[in-house]
Amino acid sequence: MGSGEELHDVRLTVNGAARTGRVPARRLLSDFLRHDLRLTGTHVGCEHGVCGACTILLDGVPVRSCLMLAVSADGSDITTVEGLCGPDGTLSPVQQAFTECHGLQCGFCTPGFLIVITAGLRVVPHPTEEQAREMVGGNLCRCTGYQNIVASVLRAAEIAHERSAGRP
Amino acid sequence: MKPPPLGYSRPESAAEALATLAALGPGAKVLAGGQSLLPLLSMRLAAPTHLVDINRLADLGYVRVADGQVRVGALARHAQVLASPAAAQAQPLLAKALRFVAHPAIRNRGTTVGSIVHADPAAEMPAVLALLAGSVRLASQGTERLVPAGEFFLGPLESAIRHGELATEVLFPALSPAVGTGFAEVSRRRGDYAVCGVAALVRLGAGGRVARARAAYLSVAPCPLVLDLTDAVAGAPADSSAFPGAAELARQQLDPGTDVHATASYRRHLAGVLTERALLEALGEARERSAEMPVQEARGRG
Repeated sequence: MGSGEELHDVRLTVNGAARTGRVPARRLLSDFLRHDLRLTGTHVGCEHGVCGACTILLDGVPVRSCLMLAVSADGSDITTVEGLCGPDGTLSPVQQAFTECHGLQCGFCTPGFLIVITAGLRVVPHPTEEQAREMVGGNLCRCTGYQNIVASVLRAAEIAHERSAGRP
Repeated sequence: MKPPPLGYSRPESAAEALATLAALGPGAKVLAGGQSLLPLLSMRLAAPTHLVDINRLADLGYVRVADGQVRVGALARHAQVLASPAAAQAQPLLAKALRFVAHPAIRNRGTTVGSIVHADPAAEMPAVLALLAGSVRLASQGTERLVPAGEFFLGPLESAIRHGELATEVLFPALSPAVGTGFAEVSRRRGDYAVCGVAALVRLGAGGRVARARAAYLSVAPCPLVLDLTDAVAGAPADSSAFPGAAELARQQLDPGTDVHATASYRRHLAGVLTERALLEALGEARERSAEMPVQEARGRG
């Protein structure tokens, strides 16, 4: 503190839990999640909307958290990568597919990919390879060459289908 | 890479937003989707002292078709405009161009009106508005004005909006019968800003011959540039035979710049190639749309 900046109350839901904070207007949503809420799964790469690593779900749709002010997110429902697995820690279909298909190497970009694919499969549950590539087209990865990420998208669709078919 | 200290207001109504903008004066900037504004703030390329966040003005989140216009409210996200069947039916060029606007995650938050007010010469929607000769409604406390696209774009990132004004909606004219549209662009990576882009419009006239052609160019001039290509195509049969001449006419009139992404001569070359592609797409749509017309006439005679 001591900067004399005016602070604003933020109340929102993150991964199903009500959270609050008091932030200056200029606090980016990505920094609010990481520094104020200590949810460091959301990664910050370029911080100007190009790399996609900081993508989160805002009211169910993917957006770049570095291109939003925390104060603008007041009242919204946010899902970060920490909210993708089940309550017992079971990996989501997309997370499971990434482990099976070696969809990550250094892992820095992975949270953003997991988020956009999770949202993408809700819209296109059985993507073709081309649709899978389109789904991840806004996210940068410098390690994998994308081949195994595309494979992970297709595998995630299968796992989701298997799990829903397996339920009584 | 962090925004500077900022004042912040989040009005709950358009009237409150206009009052806030009037009271704050020149230091105030409207925040809608923020997909262009936030990078400018983080990179400290823009320095407003106060943001007026209009994201609570749900009344402005509309996409409607009325009176021969597609009306897009200030809070309608690109994704919402892209997904609107009524908008696609009335003006197919909107969806054709919106598919090239960044990536889905950006389109989920960014607004079409915001992109137009931002007036980036490399952006798609300003060129679409210019080609269609649409207009922007600018409200300020106690008054409003409707500015035609031709008078709205003044320079790179500079539009005719004044301090105290809020762009409440943009009006895209619906497509007339026997007219078709096309959009083509080349970018370094999918979803990046275009190295060059072209939106085109073709009108068929008597005997199914080409009557008129017009194209708007992005990334080759300080603002969206509209060229009338009619001289090269008027009276030509409804095929691509006249399009190389139209492309040549466009190349002669363009004076693109060189930057890190492309040389001027490469941009001029692209402008020609993309002019032909966009015209071809527009011609196809114009033929489909005029093929539908005789059926209606026949019904009328019957």
